[in-house]
Amino acid sequence: MSKPITVWDLPRDELLAPGHRMCQGCGAAIAFRHILKAAGKDTIVVMPTCCGEITSTVYPDNAWRVPWIHVAFENAAAVASGIRAGIEVLKRKGVIPKDRQINVVAIGGDGGTFDIGLQALSGTLERGDDVLYICYDNEAYMNTGIQRSGSTPMGAWTTTTPVGKIWRGEWRPKKRKDLVAIAIAHNVPYAATANPAFPLDLYAKVKKALSIRGPKLIHVLSPCVPGWRIEPDKSVAVGKLAVLTGMWINYEYENGVYRVTTPVPKRKPVREYLRLQGRFRHLSEEEIKKIQQLVDAEVERINKLIGKEVIGPVEG
Amino acid sequence: MSALPGWRQLPIGAVNLVPGSSVSYKTGEWRTLRPEIDQEKCIRCRTCWMYCPEGSIIEVDEPYKTKAGREYKVTYKIDYDHCKGCGICANECPVKAISMVEEVI
Repeated sequence: MSKPITVWDLPRDELLAPGHRMCQGCGAAIAFRHILKAAGKDTIVVMPTCCGEITSTVYPDNAWRVPWIHVAFENAAAVASGIRAGIEVLKRKGVIPKDRQINVVAIGGDGGTFDIGLQALSGTLERGDDVLYICYDNEAYMNTGIQRSGSTPMGAWTTTTPVGKIWRGEWRPKKRKDLVAIAIAHNVPYAATANPAFPLDLYAKVKKALSIRGPKLIHVLSPCVPGWRIEPDKSVAVGKLAVLTGMWINYEYENGVYRVTTPVPKRKPVREYLRLQGRFRHLSEEEIKKIQQLVDAEVERINKLIGKEVIGPVEG
Repeated sequence: MSALPGWRQLPIGAVNLVPGSSVSYKTGEWRTLRPEIDQEKCIRCRTCWMYCPEGSIIEVDEPYKTKAGREYKVTYKIDYDHCKGCGICANECPVKAISMVEEVI
């Protein structure tokens, strides 16, 4: 076991330049900074249309200090595969030295991953291309104005799942699509979930993923200030609460072995997480109970995968 | 504002050739609350630097000695040109050394 990463291991270089137009307190911006710190300068970033794309590259500006390409909503993973194939050819022809490691990282939002880009992602994972795909999940289509996506959690208000007498926000009465499980079903060597409120964990996971050859996927929670209706200074606090309540579990899967990287011995009730966010303010106690049951079931599933109780019971 | 370039002056495909050129755009204008670091209270734990979404907390190799006699090798400063004033740094600071003060023009 190698030494655990401390905050002083993070490099000082900023590869995401300031001056990008992401919202005040954006969780995705924190995630991008640490993804780039881990990946380093020899990285090509592929980005489909998403919040990060429209805000970091407002023409004629560009906030990326690494090669960066914008592609359509559907095909970020396919383009990343193509870039990897191109690098291989250039290496074979001797244009690029054979031993030079170049990382290809695709970073997409939840709309571009869960819904629109899923088939391209599936293709990349299935072909086994050496690409790291990172989905930063703000749980709705935020850049077009908060429409529901395949990853919107149950009960959340969005503009297309309004709140009234009949509609009570997102209606799906079960847990959302499990992106990491979809990736694992493709027999990938590495898949993980991470959270920008735990940057060292995110940094370690990106580093580890890039050291493995083959398709990798990291699913990152990204607190969204306007979409989740939270205060800008609370986005990190909400991210931490997501883990402490069990709404979000930081775990990784490596060659058949699951490991929870942020164990929670005693969970907080999920109410604490929901009550901080305006998108859940309409929920009644009964609806909160239902969400708590979903979280309990998910925690149980993860504990079973690990083989012991890493995420504890709800306290109090 | 200076005249914009015509299409003949743009590179083919309007590709952006300058990495990180967004630094010329001053997002500091968005700010209503301004973070201020109390260098005496700050324990140099790097938390604000780690959580800043803008990378606007700048770490410099500048020694600092507090009045109580503690010596530090680094100092944290704020890039007011780009800080959007979200307040994450003040909220996450473990010793509450950062305060958000109202921006007065």
